[in-house]
Amino acid sequence: MSHDALSISCMTCRARESSFPAIFLVWRADIYKNLIGKKNSSIIVAELAPHTDGEEMEIVRPHRARTNHHNDAVSTLPLYRSAPSLEVRLEDFELFAMDRLRVLKGISDGLSRGKKPEEMEKLVKDLWKANMGHQDASEVVNKDIISHFVLRLVYCRTEDLRKWFLSMETALFRHRFGRERSDAQRALMAEFDLPCKPVSSAEFENLKEKLSQVARSIIGQQTPTADSIYYKVPFEEVPELVAGRRVFIHKGYAYVAMNQVVSLVVTQFRSNLSKALILTNRFSFKIFTSIMFRLSALVFLISFLYALSEVMHDFVLVLCATKCIIANTNIYKLSSVVAFAYRKWTSTIREQEKDRLTPIVEALCTSYLGPDYSRPKEFGEISINDLDQLAESSFPLCMRHLFVKLREDHHLKHGGRMQLGLFLKGVGLKLEDALAFWKAEFSQKVGAERFDKEYAYSIRHNYGREGKRTDYTPYSCQKIISSTPGVGDHHGCPYRHFSEENLRAAIGRMGVGGRAIEDVMDKVRNRHYQLACTLTFEAVHGSSCDAGINHPNQYLNDSQKILQAKVNAAL
Amino acid sequence: MVAGRLFPHADIFKWMSYGNDGKHPGCDNSYFGRREFSFTLDNDIYLRFQSFNSASELENAIKEKCPFKIDIGPVYSVDPAKRHAYAQGGDNNVFSPVERELIFDIDISDYDDVRYCCSGADVCLQCWPLMTAAIKVIDTALRDDFGFSHILWVYSGRRGVHCWVCDGKARRLTNEQRGAVADYFRVYKGNENSNKKVSLPGPVLHPFLARSYTDILRELFEEKLLSSQQIFSTEERYEKILSMIPDESVTSELRGKWQENRRSSNDINVSRWELLKHMLQSGKNKAQGLRRCVEEIVFAFTYPRLDMEVSKHMNHLLKAPFCVHPKTGRVCIPIDPQNCDEFDPTTVPTLSEVSMYMADDYLLICVTSCSGELLQELNTGCLRADVGNGMLI
Ligand SMILES: [Zn+2]
Repeated sequence: MSHDALSISCMTCRARESSFPAIFLVWRADIYKNLIGKKNSSIIVAELAPHTDGEEMEIVRPHRARTNHHNDAVSTLPLYRSAPSLEVRLEDFELFAMDRLRVLKGISDGLSRGKKPEEMEKLVKDLWKANMGHQDASEVVNKDIISHFVLRLVYCRTEDLRKWFLSMETALFRHRFGRERSDAQRALMAEFDLPCKPVSSAEFENLKEKLSQVARSIIGQQTPTADSIYYKVPFEEVPELVAGRRVFIHKGYAYVAMNQVVSLVVTQFRSNLSKALILTNRFSFKIFTSIMFRLSALVFLISFLYALSEVMHDFVLVLCATKCIIANTNIYKLSSVVAFAYRKWTSTIREQEKDRLTPIVEALCTSYLGPDYSRPKEFGEISINDLDQLAESSFPLCMRHLFVKLREDHHLKHGGRMQLGLFLKGVGLKLEDALAFWKAEFSQKVGAERFDKEYAYSIRHNYGREGKRTDYTPYSCQKIISSTPGVGDHHGCPYRHFSEENLRAAIGRMGVGGRAIEDVMDKVRNRHYQLACTLTFEAVHGSSCDAGINHPNQYLNDSQKILQAKVNAAL
Repeated sequence: MVAGRLFPHADIFKWMSYGNDGKHPGCDNSYFGRREFSFTLDNDIYLRFQSFNSASELENAIKEKCPFKIDIGPVYSVDPAKRHAYAQGGDNNVFSPVERELIFDIDISDYDDVRYCCSGADVCLQCWPLMTAAIKVIDTALRDDFGFSHILWVYSGRRGVHCWVCDGKARRLTNEQRGAVADYFRVYKGNENSNKKVSLPGPVLHPFLARSYTDILRELFEEKLLSSQQIFSTEERYEKILSMIPDESVTSELRGKWQENRRSSNDINVSRWELLKHMLQSGKNKAQGLRRCVEEIVFAFTYPRLDMEVSKHMNHLLKAPFCVHPKTGRVCIPIDPQNCDEFDPTTVPTLSEVSMYMADDYLLICVTSCSGELLQELNTGCLRADVGNGMLI
């Protein structure tokens, strides 16, 4: 382990607390190799999930309950309703979690590229096989369950993390459920307490015409016959079928065909997991400490110590821990430092800070969710006067378009204000400047008075000065691509939401033409919107962008780097 | 001053308590006090997260602060006025919306590309039928499809209508479920930057769309808008419709025929529309894609345009019913969906008119007849007569 890595973590936790976990991860990899590798520590998966008094008695292992050799139709798809008493070695703890993250991250990439359902089907299957596969079926089940519960603990910590994890786990579950045989599906359905009942044949006769009308309105749905099975479900239980008008709805009930049941099961899965994540978050402090004290493994002590010293901004402790590690101090000495820090911490800011505690866990997230663009980093602050020039040289198309429309119309609807406003915040526009910038435009249309009254609030809100006082993060490409701009809206991803004609014209205005524009349109047709944006970037800047474009602020940063390098070269 | 004298504090309290008024066993006394109100004051000050524990507290605050606009937000998990105190506890999830009426906001200014009589916030009797149709389409679906029954439609005072669905089940919908209902109503796939605004894929229409088309939209388009908006009268106008037909041989043939018989004894809009329908629905063009164009054109011109964001999120604020619109002075009165054809936005009483009739408090008229089912009464009972008479007495 290098001394440098440690000193970096000390220096930076003082300056930027958000950068702490990423560096910590690098440092921790060394710890694993040097210190923990020899030690055979393990924890029980059940320790990772919160227990209420009632649940404590329950020793349910969904996979084992169903691994019944009499019936070979049963599924190995766990519902993760409670954590089993499986033992997992500490090395596997992280390895398994990383493997599952690769699957989830792959799904996330696939979705943001707008892959079709059949393409997703194949993608998920391949990802699962590559990362989670094993010759021994019971190993797969164990790894599946362990990794799920570890990631729960990791991703329960903030609203954004929960949302991401929930979407990806749900997408994964949907595909795995869809691949099960129909009798296995029915068995899984029975395990959920689903609020649905089969439609009686009398009711079916009455509704046959409407049901068939719905079936024919969907491409690829079979028209119902006398032995079709339909379920009657409160409409709110199948939101995605309602949203797509893929069911007949009457008096509050949706009529769901057997082959649509996956939606019902998935909704239930999602809602169960969502509740579990919130519960896990509430108990994450308790879970963490209980693991730590039971294990008394170095890695946990050290990470806990670092978490504490960060929380308390106590650099003496960091130095102390650093010294212990460098000197290869024994575990008891380190424990006493930790115990001291823990006492100090509990007596001071335990309540407020408990949910920032687990850096081991944050390290995992940061390493996979990419850098934080909520704070401008590389180019510091920017003034209003530079904006036009910057928009021309370095804004991605989505932001250029909003910017131009704002200058033209002196107005943007809510979605556009959010998308552009947060982006500019990420670029480094200070609140006061942001207010001046928006006011200069809006007052030309609605008057300064109405601007102050109706619009200023939401800008201050974006900067965390109003409302819940959350510091909002600029939208990522994934979020922008999945938005649904309506009439009068200009936000969204141009590569996805523009007509071909308008898109060609818009890219043309960025100075891209000829072969390059055809390459971009080709990506668009295959619904690789981020790749289309990446190709535009490369054409505009005349240099390659190997990492691809994942975030409008990344586009801007990369663009500025290239332009800066050109300036420097010219000097 | 504007809202103060007229605002029906007692009714709003009764309505928004949903029985949690301290008079029934097992009721939640904190319920009304967790509701967010926000005031816009005369001097441009915007006060959010106001909360009140009783009708009289609400009344006093309104009398004291004299807001000219009152917005209503969701019911939160804790008293919104004390949200910072709860946030100190470290758990950010303590303060979150738990209940909210399912709301819809339809704005006539969103129809500017399909009406030629007015634009922006202006509205007249030529374009108001678009709002009437929106009320009918949404109201029918909310009742017949989603099974809701406590539905309040209100004139927003200037350029549109608001809808409050108050059933318990509606109030407890999650954001995702609200989004699903909103998307059920969505047929506009494009935005400002894509040509195709209405997309109706699939070989047949979903029963909800089919019903809206045959019962409401087709008639509105053919019987009213075609002539009143002069939809085919000029080249610029009919070119817009031709751009919705993807087959160029058909559009150029239509264009030729329309230019030939410029003079017709009948309404040129009607005859051009009949020709278009004839070409798209018969003979060689009977293929699915082009047949559907007729419906897509009607939908593009008539189908309700909802502000999706308002409906999708629990914590969206919406102007309180029974307020007076600060710009027009018109009172935000309820509209009876059963008789919405009779509603005339140009004769809605303004503040000055209302004061003339205010022997006591004009809303007493509502209050006296709103004993139990407040909302249904508001919808169908007292105010039907009022609206029919064109004044509030
Ligand atoms: Zn008009």
